[in-house]
Amino acid sequence: MNISKDELKHIADLSNLYFTEEELEKYAKDMSSIVEFANQLNDVDTTNVELTTSILGEYNVFREDEVKPSFKREELLKNAPEQQDGMFKIPKVIGG
Amino acid sequence: MDYEVVIGLEVHAELSTKTKIYCSCSTEFGGEPNTHCCPVCTGMPGALPVLNKKVVEYAVKAGLAMNCEIAKDSKQDRKNYFYPDLPKAYQISQFDLPLCYKGHLDINVDGIEKTIGITRIHIEEDAGKLNHDEYGGEALVDLNRACVPLIEIVSEPDMRSAQEAKAYVEKIKSILEYLEVSDCKMQEGSLRADVNLSIRKKGETKFGTRTETKNLNSFKAIVRSIEFEIDRQIKAVEKGEEIVQETRRWDDDRGIGYAMRGKEDAHDYRYFPEPDLSLIKLTDEYINNLRNSLPELPESRKQRYIKDFELPEYDANIITASKKLADLFDEAVKTSKNPKSISNWIMGDLTRMMSENNVEDVPFTGTDLAKLVGLIDNGKISSAIAKKVFEDMFANGKDPEKIVEEKGMLQISDEGAIKEIVMKVLENNPQSIADFKAGKDKALGFLVGQAMKESKGKANPQMLNKMFLDELNK
Repeated sequence: MNISKDELKHIADLSNLYFTEEELEKYAKDMSSIVEFANQLNDVDTTNVELTTSILGEYNVFREDEVKPSFKREELLKNAPEQQDGMFKIPKVIGG
Repeated sequence: MDYEVVIGLEVHAELSTKTKIYCSCSTEFGGEPNTHCCPVCTGMPGALPVLNKKVVEYAVKAGLAMNCEIAKDSKQDRKNYFYPDLPKAYQISQFDLPLCYKGHLDINVDGIEKTIGITRIHIEEDAGKLNHDEYGGEALVDLNRACVPLIEIVSEPDMRSAQEAKAYVEKIKSILEYLEVSDCKMQEGSLRADVNLSIRKKGETKFGTRTETKNLNSFKAIVRSIEFEIDRQIKAVEKGEEIVQETRRWDDDRGIGYAMRGKEDAHDYRYFPEPDLSLIKLTDEYINNLRNSLPELPESRKQRYIKDFELPEYDANIITASKKLADLFDEAVKTSKNPKSISNWIMGDLTRMMSENNVEDVPFTGTDLAKLVGLIDNGKISSAIAKKVFEDMFANGKDPEKIVEEKGMLQISDEGAIKEIVMKVLENNPQSIADFKAGKDKALGFLVGQAMKESKGKANPQMLNKMFLDELNK
């Protein structure tokens, strides 16, 4: 499995990561070997194994629909780099 | 060249649970910014979501009412994208195993029945709200709405016109209202639609390239944006241009749609199973219990109105389309002997005034409406006065009998008083008397009109009519 530089760039873009040419080159190689490593799983015979949709083995973990107190707003905003009027202040949004 | 329009809709409805989908914060609309929030719904690292039981129940009810199959095994997935209203940078949604699938709804446009396929209904969380700062150009993020439960109802590309799309959304809205699983307040964004639309030449079997217009939150916006987009695509094709697959916005104030800027590969959502949430397994017993608990839905209520109250199908259709109107009707006919008149008031003045004033809740009770109809039927007020009483009821939610009493609006049915008015009007209008005697019947109408004016609309019109005739024919 070979990850091309273009594919890596696409994945990086989607993740808001930006790499130099050299980095792209290096990570494309690393990524290829990671995928190759994971691909070994394809060699396992799974003929009689049920499709795995979760590894938790648990199901129907639910909560009752009962309101509990929310957090103090000051607490939630404490780590925000900027705030205004009780809201998180962020740079101008384009393309909304 | 004739074109066929192909439309598919994604309808998002906020569920009316008390708490959010993955935490116990309140879902109440309109609180101070960021006061219904906690580490889970603000996406703090390490916070763990736990699914609200009611969300599953409401979604399954919606699925059953829309003739869906219900999945015995269902899971939740992460949909990854960056946007400032989405604090985790992923939305928990459902990808390949939605709760409900393969349903359908019947719609009726201009008397023609049509079945619209429903591909799936899944549960997911809503995003927060961005408030744009008018001065600095920065945005302010309010996460009260983040994590409010939604169902997304995805249709097959079965609709062929704006009217069909409107009828389909109306049907969904009325069903969700009847089920009481969503308040469907479009102005508050509780119900909104994304429209996927393409055109193709008549007879063509392949679909054209489609565009998606997002976040339409009124019926008017749905209809107008569809008409705009059909027109735009046809013009582009006629000019030999290619339709580009893109996400679009609708500006309702300016009445135009426009393409959203931004990268199209943002659609590469890299879904993967949500590792912090367990599977949802539903038993036949659970599903059947919910099936048996479904309330009377619009279709059967419509049949009941036709059968029990002899309403015309047209009336029954309009009233039952809205649960609020149907509940009002049901309450009113408990104490009224005149269902057709109740129906007329609901379909006419009430619906008009609700839409003119942008009101989503009926401001008076069914009993009050029954009283108003009673006042007219018993000859206590004229229909002209009734309109005024109705306006007062609408504005102030007051009891019509009190309004009539307080404002002295009772109809004048006293013979002596009527005679006095008639004589006065005749005295002031000799020309009309002459006209009438010359065979102009219209003169009578004029005289009655004058008498109504004289009595400020309170005189009994039948008595006026009769007395004028008696006097004129003397």
